[in-house]
Formats: sequence, structure tokens, C-alpha cells
Amino acid sequence: MKKSVLFGTLAAAALLAGAASATTLDDVKARGVLNCGSNTGLTGFGAPDANGNYQGFDVDLCKAVAAAVLGDQSKVKYIPTTGETRFTALASGEVDLLVRNSTWTFSRDTDLKFDFVAVNYYDGQGFMVKKTLGVSSAKELDGATICIQTGTTTELNLADYFKSNNIKYTPVTVADDAEAQRQFLAGACDAFTTDASGLAASRATLPNPGDYIILPEIISKEPLGPVVRHGDNQWGDIVRWTYFALVAAEEKGITKANIEEVAKSTQDPEVKRLLGLEGDMGKMLGLDNDWAKRAIAANGNYGEIFEANIGSKTPIGLARGLNALWTQGGLQYSPPFR
Amino acid sequence: MSDTFIRTAMLPPQLPPVTERGAVKWVRENLFSSWLNAGLTVLGVAAVTYLVWLSLPWLIHGVWNGNSLNECRASIAANFGPDAGGACWAMIHARWYQFIYGFYPPELYWRPVLTAALMFVALTPILFSDNRRVAAIMLAAVAVLTILALALVQMPAWLFVLCSLGMTGLFYIGTEAPGRLIWVSLLYPFLTFWLLWGGSVWTPIMALAGFVLLAQCYSLLNARLGVVLATAIGIVAACLWWLLVGGIVAASAQALLPFGLVPVESDRFGGFLLSFVIGVSSIAISLPIGILLALGRQSNMFLIHTLSVGFIEFIRGVPLITMLFTASLLLQYFLPPQVQFDLILRVVILVTFFSAAYNAEVIRGGLAALPRGQFEAADALGLDYWQAQRLIVMPQALKVSIPGIVSTFIGLFKDTTLVTFVGLQEPLRGITTIVRADINWKGIYWEPYIFVGAIFFAACFGMSRYSLYLERKLKTDHH
Amino acid sequence: MAMAVETPKQGFRLGMLLYDTRYRAVTIQVIVLILFVLVLGWLADNVRSNLALKGKDIDFSFLWRRAGYDIDQQLIPYNNDMTHGRAVIIGLLNTLLVAFLGCILSTILGVFLGVLRLSKNWIVSRLVGVYVEMFRNVPLLLWIILVYVVFSEVMPTPRDFKPIADGTAKAHMWLWDSVAVTNRGTNIPLPLLDHPLPRIETSFLSLNTSAIFVLILVGLSIWVNRVLLRRAKVVQEATGVRPVTWWKSLVLLLLPTVAVLILMGFHLEYPVFEGFNFHGGLNVAHAFTSLTIALTLYYASVTAEIVRSGIQAISRGQSEAAFALGLRPGRTLALIILPQALRVIIPPMISQFLSLTKDTSLGIAVSYLDLRGTLGGITLNQTGRELECMLLMMLIYLCISLIVSAIMNAYNTSVKLKER
Repeated sequence: MKKSVLFGTLAAAALLAGAASATTLDDVKARGVLNCGSNTGLTGFGAPDANGNYQGFDVDLCKAVAAAVLGDQSKVKYIPTTGETRFTALASGEVDLLVRNSTWTFSRDTDLKFDFVAVNYYDGQGFMVKKTLGVSSAKELDGATICIQTGTTTELNLADYFKSNNIKYTPVTVADDAEAQRQFLAGACDAFTTDASGLAASRATLPNPGDYIILPEIISKEPLGPVVRHGDNQWGDIVRWTYFALVAAEEKGITKANIEEVAKSTQDPEVKRLLGLEGDMGKMLGLDNDWAKRAIAANGNYGEIFEANIGSKTPIGLARGLNALWTQGGLQYSPPFR
Repeated sequence: MSDTFIRTAMLPPQLPPVTERGAVKWVRENLFSSWLNAGLTVLGVAAVTYLVWLSLPWLIHGVWNGNSLNECRASIAANFGPDAGGACWAMIHARWYQFIYGFYPPELYWRPVLTAALMFVALTPILFSDNRRVAAIMLAAVAVLTILALALVQMPAWLFVLCSLGMTGLFYIGTEAPGRLIWVSLLYPFLTFWLLWGGSVWTPIMALAGFVLLAQCYSLLNARLGVVLATAIGIVAACLWWLLVGGIVAASAQALLPFGLVPVESDRFGGFLLSFVIGVSSIAISLPIGILLALGRQSNMFLIHTLSVGFIEFIRGVPLITMLFTASLLLQYFLPPQVQFDLILRVVILVTFFSAAYNAEVIRGGLAALPRGQFEAADALGLDYWQAQRLIVMPQALKVSIPGIVSTFIGLFKDTTLVTFVGLQEPLRGITTIVRADINWKGIYWEPYIFVGAIFFAACFGMSRYSLYLERKLKTDHH
Repeated sequence: MAMAVETPKQGFRLGMLLYDTRYRAVTIQVIVLILFVLVLGWLADNVRSNLALKGKDIDFSFLWRRAGYDIDQQLIPYNNDMTHGRAVIIGLLNTLLVAFLGCILSTILGVFLGVLRLSKNWIVSRLVGVYVEMFRNVPLLLWIILVYVVFSEVMPTPRDFKPIADGTAKAHMWLWDSVAVTNRGTNIPLPLLDHPLPRIETSFLSLNTSAIFVLILVGLSIWVNRVLLRRAKVVQEATGVRPVTWWKSLVLLLLPTVAVLILMGFHLEYPVFEGFNFHGGLNVAHAFTSLTIALTLYYASVTAEIVRSGIQAISRGQSEAAFALGLRPGRTLALIILPQALRVIIPPMISQFLSLTKDTSLGIAVSYLDLRGTLGGITLNQTGRELECMLLMMLIYLCISLIVSAIMNAYNTSVKLKER
């Protein structure tokens, strides 16, 4: 009965902690912890490991932001969000930054009052089928049963695609990625559709990957990226430029391993500005001048993060593709640090 | 004279015919008493055989050691042939602790263990108040199991000795003066909070002080101002204390006399620990609310009756899942801007409302079961409303309600699995998803469900048996 | 002689508001009302300022906008060009369908199991006991997931229905080739009409007038039949001879419906295996099947316990008296025990039906697109209007619950022992 004290104290503590100031940056600094909205379990992008530490491609961006703002990449509190709760968690201020492979769309950016500050992964929706089905194009999927995750943009894309090609399908809605994979494996659907990255990751972990093919059609653009609340431009800038710092670091060949060396020896004025040796870019963001250096030192540049979590050497084995640097035929491009 | 034959010795009684004795009789009467029964028996045996035949190979082919699903599959294929299916218990072996404790730091596992043990100690005086022998057995079992469990988890040796001594001490108190254990029950919520979340010891002490303040106000003012006003003033004083004074006093006390445990953030909570925290705290907080709601529903004041009925029927009319989504999506709208609650706390609040409505109905049943004469006798003694409730009505009504409350708790405990849909890591789907996100265990399905299901079964079955035992004990009317 | 003491006449004092029981109730209620209004106002003000902070408003116009997503189970026509409002109705109908089927099936199975639980057959009563405990003590969510997994893992793939070289197939359809259970859904015959009545179309609802017409017809036949039986009873009570009614009942019950169905050109479309998949007929998704089955199995175990305790509540003397009258055990159960037990059984059954209806929302675990899946799921997610969606969803669930409990309470009153 006296248990209600738990309520009381926690409420009091929450009230004190919640008496917040105007900007997200001040909040985060005062709190000393970055609240990062994360996936509850998507292999390679965001999932806790055996010790409960979150790992993944999206998670590393959170770590980089924490390193830039707070000086310590471990000062992140990961708030698990589901497809349904993620945007509310961001809107309500429960999380400062949502990195949960969310697609940048017009209505989310405008109507839902969010800002997608960057695209950390260019994706597109594709289909995976069994080889034995004898299908080589998505247009041959007339009458097929298709496994699809609910609560995402994929179901809208699917409906649009089949409508525009005037073919029919039967949707089998599933709750999450693992469930979709199980259904597909058991043959409960002819095709499994989700982002191509997810398809590749799934295919890599199937018992006989060679028995499955990913169809060539990519039916949608899925720019996935970090999301912040609309209206706090300073915070948006911090997240955006932290991300660009990682990309610029790859462009300039700065890695986790050589960053100190580069900082000592570099003659490139842009690198100098990036690493805070010249000018005061950090001040303009409301941070100190070492911010980008810390962000890069946390888990390496964009390419390193990619390779460590989802790259070709990992079991997921994604190729860089569209996510290669623009100099190598991809779309990843950082505006100049000037 | 003729000899008359008088039997002097009785014939030995003959055994009944073979169909009327022993196993045959039992089988005839219990299994094949009619064609219908015979058919049912055959059907039942066939069903059981089929199930065993279906699952036994899978169970006995189980692998207990391995680092990934593929290793399991390889090992089963090597031992039982390429087509054999088998369970991969290695996953449970590798990750069992996450199912139990979530992401609670492994070196601090002793804290949840101790919390669980203390819960049983705290419950003993309430649940087994009138049977000292059962209470003693219960305490002994808890003490032994706790010491065993503590020996298995990592903790400093001196702490282990201290905890063991503490448990033994509690057992001793429980056998010598069981009434004293009620103090453990009263202190338990604060102790739990401190043990699970850690932090400064002064925070729960200051929270406790608020309740002491409430009690003091009540006892000082009760005689002069009446129950309602005294309680209201007490509550206001306690709230002021918690909001304004307590935090500062706790902080300065911590500065003077620093003592505390390593703090653990609530996002580390998961698995059965989370189910336990949500279930137990909700049911405990909801009890007083439930009592008030039940009284409100019985009240003849129109407004209070209407409000109580409205609240109860609203909560009982919507699914728990909508309440959870409310906690996750909507509660923020109803709180002042800038006020942030932890998701777990929000879920506990909404689940508390939920169980309060259900408890209110259970307690209303208990009140209804009380003979009218009890109320009239209380009136005749000149007791006012609150005195009558406290001294006459509630002790009896609550006692009758305990089985119902236990059933509510069983339902609630099972329903804590639904918090997965708002992103909390409960054992059934939350932790399972996380384990499956690990590339080593991707594609494992039955094993985690069976493991979690078995634990739920054990816990709920135990509680429902207790509830039955209580019901039988309370059934004092003889037929 | 008793002295009648005059109560001292006093004017009204302020203290009387608190100490005089005549006024205290009013005082307390006024205080509660003020507090209640204050709390409501505080909540409303918080909502207002939170909405203002997020630049949002309360606006239900999204219900009239294009939904854009597909729903795999539709009781009335729907496609992704229709509105969110229509999608909500589809979801609501799906919720009601599962709740309705679940209530009926779990009651049938539960009563059956409850009777078996008390059977003298040792093995049967034990087995039922194990069943009941197993289902009651494990979360419903687990059963839903397990049944779903069983369907997609254990059932044959459509390909298995394809005859191989020697003309046999690995899997066969059930019930004279009318039902095919594959791991991607259950294919059942689809009832079709050649000359249906026109549908009434509105933007949210679409009424199948043929179905409504047939239902009304069936209802009418049943009512006329009851009148017939009542007449027969009157005749029986007056003369002692019960007129023969069975063929009249049969004609009354069947003829009109059958005639109308034939006139409308009723036929069943059977699922047929073609190419790689089943075509024709109705494809029922496993999300629906497994949710219904899991709810049925789980609530049957609860119902079985209710039925068991209901039967046990009837004193042994009743069944002994029935045996003494020479009734067989089956007739005793049907004529003596169950009618009495029903009165004990119905009140807890009402709350079971309510719980079952609410628990259909657990379809979220298998992505069943019910009310929560459409309104509280995809629509909420696509429009970002959580306040509106959640409030509307709670309101609808509340209405369903109130209607179910009103219907059941009415039934309870009708079977209650009429005390004179």
C-alpha cells in the first residue's frame, strides 16, 4: 500500500528533471545524456547485444552525436521504440534524436512537424523470392502472396506499385522483421518485401542463401535518416553536421586510427577547420572546436561505420551501392566545411 | 437325537470376481463404464500419444551447448541424422539471464534476487497470518532458496554473508514473533525501490518520512477535525514535503553521510524482472485506490457514486492494450509541457488504473458478501463511517477478497507481456526479438516461447493453487 | 412516561456543513465536484498547451482522406483509394467478427470441457484438467503466437496440392474437396448470388441488402415458428393432446429461406488449385484463424472452470432426485442440472465475453487488421494524429463493451429465477 511512494518520488524526480530549458542542446547538456530513439531489434542497424549494449549502423550515429555534444560516446540512453511509438516519442520530447531507419517523406517532414536532417542510408523497397518460383521481375508477381510489415511506408509503396502496374496481390501482414522472415521461409508467402538492405540482411541469414533471389526492381525511394523535432534549428544543425563530418572524414581519408596523426600533420585547410585546428566552427554550432574530431574518433568515419556494422565483411554483407561516396559513384556527399 | 451340524468356522470370504477388484475394477469403473466413456478414453489416450510422438524426438534431440543456431543444427545432424529435428536449448543456456533480468548489470543481480526474496517475507504476515506453521515453512524455504540463489550470482563475499545473516534473522523473527514481520511489509516498498533502482539511501528514507508525516498529522488532528479533513491535511503536508523539502533534505543528508547503491536506470530493466516490477507495483498501488473506488461505488452520495462507476466502467470497457498505448502516446498530452515521465513509470500508472478498476469490483464483491448485520452492528456501537470501515467492514471484506485479488494479479502478471507493444523488453516478445536480432540466433522460434511459457506457467499455477487453498479455507459454511 | 425532549432549535451555523450529517454529504459532494472540475480543467489546459506547443490541433478530417493502404480481410468492399474512415469500419467489423466467433466457439467448447471435467472417466477428467490449467496459466499472447506459428510451419504449402507424376498429391483438401488449409491461409467456399439485391453504398458503410434480407427472413421464420409452438402448447394444455408440429416447423423454418436463396441464384464458389496457388473461394488469412482459435482455446479453458463450478454449485440432492425419478444421466444433465447451473454460470460468463471482446486487440501480435490495427495502427501511423485516433478507438471499444454487457445483462434478467 505504501508502495505509492515509488510513484511519489519518481514523479518528484521526473518533475525536477523535466523542468527543462528552451533548446534541445541545453537539455542534453544539462542532462548529460543523449536520449536516442532506437530500434528494438534490427540486425546490423540497431539492436542490443548479449550484454545489453546497443550496436549497429544507426546506433553509431547516436554515439557520434553524443561524442560531439557531450564528449563521451557512451553517454547515450537508447529508448526502444516501435514503428507505432517512434514519432510520438520524438514529438513529446522523450527522445532528442530518432535514428530508426525512418523514411524521409513529405508528410512526415511537414504534417508531422519533424525535420529529417540527413540521409544516412539510401534505400529502396525490393522483393525477395525463392528461386524455384521462377520469377525474374516484380511485374510477374501477379496474384502473388506478399509478406509485408505493417506500420511502415512499405505497405503504401506496395499498394501504389501494384496499382500502377495493374496487377493484383494478396498482402500477408506481419508484425516485425523476424516474423516476416519466418513466414517467408515457411513458404507462407511467395515474396517478401521490405527495404533492400533488410532483404539483403535477411537473405544472408537464411539457411541456404543461394536458393533466394532479390528481384531487380526497386519500387520506391527510401531515404533513411536521423529525425529531430521541427523548429529547433540549432539541434538540427548539430545532428546534420555531425553526420556530414563523418562523411567528410571519409572523403578526406580520416579514420579512427589515423585521426591524431592527420590532426598533427595535415596541411589541408578544410581538414584543419573540420578538426577544429583553425577557425571556430564549433562555436557556431554552440559546441566546442573539437566536436567533429570527437565524433569521428568515436567509431570512425562513415565508411568505417558502414563496414563495421553492415558492410561486406559482416554476415549482413551489404555493398555500398548508392551509399558510396559521390566520388565513387554513390550519393553520399558532404557540403563543404567552410 | 440326531447330530446337528453347527458350523463352527466361517468359510473364508471369497475374493470378489476379477472384474470387481483391483486394477481391473478401477479401470472398468473409471475408464470403460460405458461405450461413450470407452470411446473418450481411447480418444484421450490417442491424443496424448500423438502429442508425445510428435514432440518427444524434438525434445530428446535437444542440444544444450553451442554458440549459435547453426552449431545446434550441425550437432543434431551429426548425432541423429540429417533429417532429425531438435530443440536448441543452447540459446536458453547462453541468454537465460536476459530473459530473467533484462539488461540489469550482471554484477548487481543479487539486488533483484534479494527483492524477490523479501517480497515473500513481506507477504508472509499478510497471506499466512493465521497459520504459524505454514508461515514458518514458507520463510525457511525462502531463506534457503535465497541463500542458494545468492551463492550463484556474483556478489562480494561480505555482502553475501550479510544477506545470508539477514535472511536467517528474518526467519528467526518470523518463527518467534510473526507479528513483527508486518514491519518488513511496511518497509518493503521503500526497500524495493532502493534495491532495484539504487542511488542514495536518503531518497527512499525521505519518501518514507513523508508517510510518517501523514500518519502524524492524521493522529494529531483526527480527534479534532475528523477523519477526512485530517487525512486531507496529512496528504497535503506529505505532498509539500515530497515536492519541496524532501529532495533538498535528501541531497544534504547524502552530502553529509553519503551512502547508497550503484544507481540503475530503468531502461536496463527487462525480462521477468520488468514483468515483476510492473505487476507487483501496480497491484500494490491499486489496492488502496480499489478500496476507495469500491466504497465510492457503494456510497449513497450521488456524485461520488457516479464518478466511481464512470471510472470503473470506463477502464473495464477498454482493452489493456489501448491503456498501454495511452501510456506511450497520449499521457504526455495530459501532463504539463516539459514534464517527462519514464516509459516504465507511465506504464505502471496506467496499469495501476487498470487493476484498480478490477480490484474495486473484487472488493465490492467482498463488501456484498458481508451480512447486513455487520454494518448495523457497527452503527449500533456508535462507530462513525470510517471507524466502521476500518474496524468492522474492511478487515472482513478484504479477507474474503484475497482470492479475487490474487486472481486479478495472475491476470495482470500474464498481461504484462503486452508492454512489448510499446517497446518495453518483457520476456515473451521483447527479449525474444532482441535475441533473434543476434545473427547467431536468428531463426529460433519454439525454444524461447517454451522457456518463457514454462516460467509463466509455474508462477501462475502456484498463485492459483494458493488462491484455491485460501478459498477453501475461507469457505467456513458447511454443507 | 417518557419525556419527549425537544431538540434545541438552532440556526444554521457554518460548522454544521462539516459535522451535521444532513449537510455533510452535500459539502463533500460539492468539494469533490470542485476538485473534479479543477482536475478536468487542468487536463484540458495541458492538452491545449501541448497541442499549441507542437503546432497541432484536434481535427478528425483525416477520416475523410484517402487511406492508401490495403487490408487483407474485408467484410465489406474496400480498396486503398477509400477513406481512413472506411478503413476504420473495416477494422471494426473485423474486431466484431473475431469477438462474435470467439464468444460462440469458446462457449461451446467450454461447456463441453466443463462437463467432461466432471466426468467419471478418470483419464478424461485429468486430461481436461491439464488442458484447463495449461491454458489458464500461460499468457494469451503466447497462445496466439504459437497457434500462428503452428499454422505457417506445420500446414502444407500450396505446391503440395499439385499432383505429381502418378496423379497423387502430397496434401489433400478437406471436407469433400471444399476446404484447403495451406500455410498461407485457409481457402473456403465462397457463397455467391447470381441475382443479388443492389448494395447500399455510402462513403463509410456499404450494406449488403441481400444478406440483410435473408437474415430478416430467417428471423421472421423463427418468430412464426415460435408462435406455432406456443399455439401447440396452448392446445396441449387444454386438451392433453399435442398437435403434430414438426413438419410444419420444418417447412416454416426452411422453405422461405431456401426459396429466396434459389431465386437469388445462390451457389458456392469452391477454391480450385491452379498453377501455383488456390483460386476462387474465400482466402482466410492465418492472422484471423489463429487469433480466433487461440481466443477460443484460451477462453474455453476459463469457461470450462465456470461451468464446472456452476454445476458443482447445484446440490447433489437434485441429481439424486432426478435419478430417483428414473431419468438417465444425460437427461438429468440437460433437464435438471444445466438449467439451474445456468443461473450461476451466466454472470461470470458475461465478464468472460467482455474480456474476450477486449482481448481481440491482441491481434496486434499477428498483425490482424482489426480496429486497433487500422485506426490505432496504420491510420495513426500515417496521419500522426495519435490523440484523435486513440480517443476514437477507446470510445468505440467502450461502446462495444457497453453494448455486449447490456445484451448479456438483458439475457441474464430473462433467465433469472423469477422470485415471487
